[in-house]
Amino acid sequence: MEKTLPKIEIIEKYCKGCHICVEFCPKDVLEMKGFYASVKNLEACIKCMQCELRCPDFAIKVITE
Amino acid sequence: MAFEYEKYLRPGKLPHIWCPGCGHGIVMKGLIRAMDTLKLKKEETALVSGIGCASRLPGYIDCCTLHTAHGRAAAFATGVKLAKPEMNVILVGGDGDGTAIGGNHFIHACRRNINMTYIIMNNYIYGMTGGQFSPCTPTGHKASTTPYGNPDPGFDIAKLAIGAGATFVARGTAFHANQIDKLIVEAIQHKGFSVVEILDDCPTTYGRRNKYKSVIEMMNRLKEVAVPVKAAEKMTAEQLQGKVLTGVLYKDETKPEYTAEYAKVIERATAAK
Amino acid sequence: MSKKVAFLQGNEAAAHGALYAGCNFFGGYPITPSTEVAEVMSIELPKIGGKFIQMEDEIGAMAAILGASLAGSKVLTSTSGPGLSLKQELIGYGCIAEIPCVVYNVMRGGPSTGMPTGPSQSDVMCAKWGTHGDHPAICLTPASVQETYEEVIRAFNLSEKYRTPVMVMPDEIVAHMRERIVFPEQGEIEVVPRKSPTVPPEQYKPYDTSFGDVPPLAAFGSGYKFHVTGLNKMQDGFPTTKAEIVQAEEERQVRKVDANIDDIVTFEEYLLDDVEVLVVAYGSTSRSARYAVNIAREQGIKAGMFRIKTFWPFPDKQIKALAGRVKGIVIPEMNLGMCSLELERCAQGKAPVLGIFRVDGEPINPDQILDKIKEVK
Repeated sequence: MEKTLPKIEIIEKYCKGCHICVEFCPKDVLEMKGFYASVKNLEACIKCMQCELRCPDFAIKVITE
Repeated sequence: MAFEYEKYLRPGKLPHIWCPGCGHGIVMKGLIRAMDTLKLKKEETALVSGIGCASRLPGYIDCCTLHTAHGRAAAFATGVKLAKPEMNVILVGGDGDGTAIGGNHFIHACRRNINMTYIIMNNYIYGMTGGQFSPCTPTGHKASTTPYGNPDPGFDIAKLAIGAGATFVARGTAFHANQIDKLIVEAIQHKGFSVVEILDDCPTTYGRRNKYKSVIEMMNRLKEVAVPVKAAEKMTAEQLQGKVLTGVLYKDETKPEYTAEYAKVIERATAAK
Repeated sequence: MSKKVAFLQGNEAAAHGALYAGCNFFGGYPITPSTEVAEVMSIELPKIGGKFIQMEDEIGAMAAILGASLAGSKVLTSTSGPGLSLKQELIGYGCIAEIPCVVYNVMRGGPSTGMPTGPSQSDVMCAKWGTHGDHPAICLTPASVQETYEEVIRAFNLSEKYRTPVMVMPDEIVAHMRERIVFPEQGEIEVVPRKSPTVPPEQYKPYDTSFGDVPPLAAFGSGYKFHVTGLNKMQDGFPTTKAEIVQAEEERQVRKVDANIDDIVTFEEYLLDDVEVLVVAYGSTSRSARYAVNIAREQGIKAGMFRIKTFWPFPDKQIKALAGRVKGIVIPEMNLGMCSLELERCAQGKAPVLGIFRVDGEPINPDQILDKIKEVK
């Protein structure tokens, strides 16, 4: 069964560029682009939800439906 | 599925005031997940805080919220809880608010064993006022008022709470984000005064002065020092040097709960009438 | 059916007055000379399902009653000098967050430990200037056990009507003496209920001024969710630093009391029709003053007494009018000149203000006042 990719939404209005999501994503999906986090490699995402769990600012959502 | 924090947040309040990398936002998310797990009715939940960065948390949460004076959260909350025991009463605040100016109310709330949960976001500094040392700042560490290194020994909040009579004491960290809501759920379910200390980080006023180059370094330190209390049982004192125990550290379900005892006072008074 | 009569101490009367007014939560801390209020409340409140708690200190006591009031209770705390000083920050919190509560403070010798069992009237300025910042102030000064009972009821009514802390300040003599008291029947004295919201929860704002200067107050746990803080705040209760809002809200909070002075201020006028020498007095000192005025009248001096029952807001209007038609104002008070300052402010030089300032722990006696009356030329 082909893996369904999640949608990762980054709310730049809330992101404060703290690097936590980028650092603790186990699959190197995210990167800092300028001040904000951004998705670098969506295919690698395994929906472990670490980024959403650890973001202090409600600035990243992993939408899986 | 993305957790719907919006269900518990007051609209239009984000972005919150906490600095980039501050752990308070992570703790707030844990509290929201815990409220959701327990399906707490917002109208029957009172979230009470003192003054300081952590104490700004209630403003963001959609329930009955009370931002009191510095150090007085536990005393205000005691009034709310005794007046309306059926309410869920949750306290939040920082280490300075809770154990310095608020210390007297903290130990008495523990002593009374009144059914409330106190989440202390311990970032071992006074963040709001720019980084002065607190009763939990490690000895020797730098703060804006300990430029030559902190001479003070600090509190162990968990031991303080247990010694004062709290009947549920747990500790987590901002790194172990998925554990936070589980500890809070268990604390709220506990009948009596429950304390959940969350080791937090303050990159802006503590990290910078104590050679943490980034939030990530602070997070990794939390990961490195934390030892689950179960695992610690199999470790030597030497291995536990500099470590911090996490998880449920103490639980006593035998001690009477304050509002239940006061209900008996009312029974005795009305019977005697 | 004749009314219930008792022989009560002032402090006991205060507690029973609170119960009459619907008080169902007391937070206190032991302190001479007001502990008896706590003791009576610890007996009476549980009987009616009310809650009594003795907190770890006076700050905790003040915090607990504010919390309980927000949870819908009618609340009382009782204290004295040192405790009043400790409570000041949270009295200010009660003012800015507009939380109804009654602070009963028995005036003893001060400052600091002072004379715990001795009377004084040296906390009256504390009632208005004790805590930092601009805020409304209502302070009642009863002079008898009966009046203490009635003024505590009035304090509850004023705190609900104006949604603000109200202080009742008997001196130690009034608080500790015992006198005959006639209890009103249920319903005889009006008891003002809390002004609850008329809008549904989702439209509720805790400081909604579309209802006038006194916003309705919902209760935690009644189906309403709202935010309360000690910061300057907007109508929805959330903090603001917007200059025009802060100015408007600060002014509203003070105005809601100061614009209703005629409803709040009470006093007694004794032999003032043809008065030439005005004695102004309050609390137990007014009893000596009345006696002195009577003797002066016997000796042909047109003396009269204006007895202050509501110290704050101060009865400016009445004093200003009287100052214009008397040769002098005599003010006996158990402090080193506090009410006298207000009298000078109101008299604006139209009449000299002669003070008898006694702080030795003894009550001011009539002949001291009589001598001062005779000094007025």
